[in-house]
Amino acid sequence: MSNVDLNNITKRFKGVTALDHISFDIKNGEFFVLLGPTGAGKTTTLRLIAGLEILDEGDISFDGSSIAPLSPAERDVALVFQQYSLYPLLNVYDNLASPLRSPLRKTSETEIRKNVEDVAGKLRIGHLLKRKASNLSGGEMQRVAIGRALVRNPRIYLMDEPLSNLDAKLREALRIELKHLQKTQESTTLFVTHDQIEAMTMADRIAVLNQGNILQVGSPYEIYDHPATTFVAQLVGTPRINLLAGEIHDGNVYIKDSEVKFTVPNEVKLPSSFTLGLRPENVHLDDAGEFSGVIELLEPLGVETILHIRSGKQVLLSVIAGITPRKMGENIRFSIVHERLSFFDKEGTRIVT
Amino acid sequence: MATIELVQVEKKFGDFHAVKPVNLTINDGEFVVLLGPSGCGKTTTLRMIAGLETITSGKILLNGEDITDKPARDRDVSFVFQFFALYPHMTAKGNIIFPLQTQGTSRSEIEQRLNEVVKMLDIQYLLHLRPGALSSGDQQRIALARALIRRPRAFLLDEPLGALDADFRETMRAEIKSLHLRTKATTLYVTHDQIEAMAMGDRIVVMSAAIVQQVGTPAEVYHDPNNMFVARFIGSPGMNLIPGTYSQGSVQLPGNNVCPVPETYRSTLDKYGYDKKVVVGFRPEAVIPSANGVLSSQVYSQDLHGSYTMINLSMNGEIIHGRVERSANYAINDIVRFDIRPDMIRFFDPETESAIKAEVRNV
Repeated sequence: MSNVDLNNITKRFKGVTALDHISFDIKNGEFFVLLGPTGAGKTTTLRLIAGLEILDEGDISFDGSSIAPLSPAERDVALVFQQYSLYPLLNVYDNLASPLRSPLRKTSETEIRKNVEDVAGKLRIGHLLKRKASNLSGGEMQRVAIGRALVRNPRIYLMDEPLSNLDAKLREALRIELKHLQKTQESTTLFVTHDQIEAMTMADRIAVLNQGNILQVGSPYEIYDHPATTFVAQLVGTPRINLLAGEIHDGNVYIKDSEVKFTVPNEVKLPSSFTLGLRPENVHLDDAGEFSGVIELLEPLGVETILHIRSGKQVLLSVIAGITPRKMGENIRFSIVHERLSFFDKEGTRIVT
Repeated sequence: MATIELVQVEKKFGDFHAVKPVNLTINDGEFVVLLGPSGCGKTTTLRMIAGLETITSGKILLNGEDITDKPARDRDVSFVFQFFALYPHMTAKGNIIFPLQTQGTSRSEIEQRLNEVVKMLDIQYLLHLRPGALSSGDQQRIALARALIRRPRAFLLDEPLGALDADFRETMRAEIKSLHLRTKATTLYVTHDQIEAMAMGDRIVVMSAAIVQQVGTPAEVYHDPNNMFVARFIGSPGMNLIPGTYSQGSVQLPGNNVCPVPETYRSTLDKYGYDKKVVVGFRPEAVIPSANGVLSSQVYSQDLHGSYTMINLSMNGEIIHGRVERSANYAINDIVRFDIRPDMIRFFDPETESAIKAEVRNV
């Protein structure tokens, strides 16, 4: 396993800049997630590390030495794609063994058997070893595809949306398996996804990418609690963060077109107009709360309920535990957790507090 | 406006049983969701009501009138598909008023109804644009407007948010529900997404393998699932279902754990039988870590979700999800002691997968 360093890398396709001078590093043993919408440049980054694309500018190094001169095979990375690529006519055992049978590696069959059985056990596919790949379910196929990567001990695992083609329940189950494996093996992993839940739940650190630029690199909580821009704020968390236009008069913060107003937190220097970010779990129903509103909509999800609270012309989302006996149309009072507010300027950049 | 009744409605495609006999009443003004995994028969059920699919046996009533043999166009219901099916060469306005034009509605009537739906959906600024220039969310708004302008007796929606990305889905989900609250039109909505079903439905019809597994309010299907399928399917993640053996007043669980049985279930389980296999079910939020907890398991992994943390525990290989405070911090292989909230414990018969319902229930 290796430290991986991306230094100022740029990639252009026919005049379109796919990646614009991006830099980050992945530490040995780290689970690093690249998160962003379609077209952000996530997959391109991964392909550059694998050697499937050639850099226009910048450099990538493993453990301090540049990998530019190395062929894809010499880079010794293991790839897992969204579309599981298995040999349909081979059984699971041979599919798992094939990466080790590469002439480059010269692994003995005894050692291959040991590795394959070890990985099959970890991924709970030991009972499938004799099954032909074409006779597996989608979830089983993706386990085998991940197993093909794990059977080796590469310098880094590169995973490109490996869970996206699975249904919700399978995705949840495999996410937990994958994270458990990564944590117990401490394998260096770069995982690409557009799914913020995957990023939050699996990553040690997340890099948020949009249109070829990195907007923020940080731990899940840094990204969630201190988003660098309004884009990042909206990208993570369900239900989505409340972003409200705010103004300052006489030392008070006013949310436009609403009844919400409060004194400016001491430590914050705010421009006259700005955007306020408030996560729904920080809007509390509270009979002694400072603000009043009307429940416009209730969405009971079981474990929690999303409330759409109207205050003036604004609607704030709030999340409360369980299924509430409250009714739509009900007048309520609410409070907000001041310590957890985010402020953004007109360009959507976080105002550092 | 409309009450829809399905009486022993059944559908076979050759040898394939797509929908086994269903009885269901959708009340006037109600929002009912048909929920299930792909291939469960939910879309076929909707298409039979719309008249897009013939019925093998049984009958369908609209306001008491048998419409089983009526062609789709005479049923006075509006169908909205997953893919918006807008005419690309027409403006949004052209698309919306098209159904009225083909019916020969007068121009003044069209204008009046158009104003009404435009106001309802707040789409004035989109009217002159062609579908190609619209975002997927806006395209679906136009498709909804086209369904609304007909003022049908009932709306049938087939995964209308399925093609949208997560962001839009959340917004449109709330918009469709608000719209329903304003129009109070009888609505039948098909989805495979349990979050959508819970958030929107007055009642949910959970289907699997061509069979209706349960009909109930969101609270009923969440807290009192009829069987293990519903327990697993509703919730993210679903209900924890741990196999055990019942003996006097408690259930033996893996790893020498003993789970006390709440008083409300004692007599029922005593009748069910001693030394009999039973499955204990509880939602992730019913897991309460506590230094003196009666159960113990090993931490398998831990997921941050922002507003809370999910710990995944291994009870001798059985994975248990526990939803805990976001400040929780466990290391893999830590031993965690916990209790299960007694009011949230449920029991299932592993042979039939059916819930064992308590005779007495504290509410």
